[in-house]
Amino acid sequence: MLMDFFILLKQELVIVAIIFLLLFINLGKDRSNESLLPLINVVLLLNVLLGFFGSKEGSLFGEMFHTGKLIILEKNILNLATWIISLLSFSWLRTHKHVIEFYILLLTALLGMFFMISSGNLLVLYLGLEMSTIPIAAAANFDLAKRKSSEAAMKMIISSAFSSALVLLGISWIYGVSGSLDFSVILLQGPDSPFRIFAFILLVSGFAFKMSAVPFHLWTADVYEGAPVSVTAYLSVVSKASVVFVILAFLYNAGKAFADTWYHILIVLSILSIIIGNLFALRQNNFKRFLAFSSIAQVGFIFIGIAGSSQVSSAAVVYFVLVYVFSNLAAFGVVALVSAVSGKENISDYKAFYTTNPLLSWVLTIAMFSLAGVPPTAGFFGKFFLLMAGAAKGNYWLIGIAALNMVVSFYYYLRVVKTIFMEENSQPIEKLAIPGASRLALYICLAGMLIAGLASCVYDYIYSISFGL
Amino acid sequence: MSSLSEIPLAHILFVSTALFFIGMYGLFTRKNLVTLLMAIELMLNSVNINFIAFNKYLYPGKLDGVFFSLFIITIAAAEAAVAIAIIINLYRSHQSIDVDDATEMKY
Repeated sequence: MLMDFFILLKQELVIVAIIFLLLFINLGKDRSNESLLPLINVVLLLNVLLGFFGSKEGSLFGEMFHTGKLIILEKNILNLATWIISLLSFSWLRTHKHVIEFYILLLTALLGMFFMISSGNLLVLYLGLEMSTIPIAAAANFDLAKRKSSEAAMKMIISSAFSSALVLLGISWIYGVSGSLDFSVILLQGPDSPFRIFAFILLVSGFAFKMSAVPFHLWTADVYEGAPVSVTAYLSVVSKASVVFVILAFLYNAGKAFADTWYHILIVLSILSIIIGNLFALRQNNFKRFLAFSSIAQVGFIFIGIAGSSQVSSAAVVYFVLVYVFSNLAAFGVVALVSAVSGKENISDYKAFYTTNPLLSWVLTIAMFSLAGVPPTAGFFGKFFLLMAGAAKGNYWLIGIAALNMVVSFYYYLRVVKTIFMEENSQPIEKLAIPGASRLALYICLAGMLIAGLASCVYDYIYSISFGL
Repeated sequence: MSSLSEIPLAHILFVSTALFFIGMYGLFTRKNLVTLLMAIELMLNSVNINFIAFNKYLYPGKLDGVFFSLFIITIAAAEAAVAIAIIINLYRSHQSIDVDDATEMKY
């Protein structure tokens, strides 16, 4: 019994242990960042590796917490992304005064996401949701002296508090009509009253808020622009991926009886997100804002996949998120390096970037190709599987709109590539020294983007452990 | 106890729903950040009323709703702590806690 507890809660317990380790290091004598950062990165690598051993299916605390193969894989993806972000933020954190606090905030948020993904009860779901947003709002303010950073954190905390109030209203009504908070009880009752449907819509809109789907996206671009690059990367990759996993598990398990309701919600959200995300991405010059709107458009594609509601679609969504982690982190990695050294964050600053930094240019180019979905990269297969999964429902007009929008997205992704390679600039960004940690992270992302698409075993494995409606 | 149960559940739900939307109205119209926090607190408290009323009137056997409202109170406190820290930092950099003064980033 006690053994079960340790094995099932393994990933959460490791994170808690790391947080305590960091607290104790903080208590001791002052260490230089040069000695601290490698240590933390190694610990996070161990955390990633430990996630692959000794997994087991089961549930704890009276069904409040449950875990399985797919959930463990999702947590491993989040662990991996956190480790890569930690490597990428090396050059930014090297001179920062509060390294340990930064990691404690990120890991606390990660712990909240783990509980959210594993939740089998609305109370745990809500606690995880809050635990994963409040620390990130604090982390968005991590450049204490910068005006934009505090503005971003303010916008984020107010809008996330508002969205969690909506979620709570939805949960309270679900409790009122069904008398329970367990997914297994809610699951049995269908949309027999408008009250219940409205409660369900409130819950889903709260999730859409955290995923920054249109029309709940207004905070996204501002927060992404103002927050430090590493926090932006964390928000757009880890935080978004965790909510995608949760919404997938929630809709396919607890929302089974509401399949018709959420199917229509998802279609509306996905069309709006794809079109508006694309249109606004066209006119951005700040790189982080550009990536914010591109990630809004990507969320629209994920919704198409979720709407397919079969085993294929759940596999396609998890696979797409894996690929998205690599491609988005590669792009953010380059932006983080450039911004840490030169402070430049505009796309127009990248003119003739290739003449001074060939390696970074290639990484950024492949990342853009992968985000746009050009065939040899994994991004193509990710989007292809998502559209296939959505097409299984037979709504070809939706797939048509999505495919047309992919063409639009080519314009702005390739505009970045054109700026790097083909435009002239008398003062290009100087040659950057890439720290070993960042180099390693960029190579991992590169390998992920190229191999995950061609090695079919990745998708096959995800498919074998996923489940449908 | 007996006087409370004479009030029908619908009346309590009316109060809590009104409170929720008063809070939402405050969130959308006020400019001062501390007032925005108060508006959010109002919304969270209306949810608390919902939970406790549902628990007492419909499902008196189990205490799910009461416990949930305890958790909401705790988390609202944590959220307010972080929000106020952020607001203080905003005041240091902008010399103001008015949302209209923090609009550097747009569109």
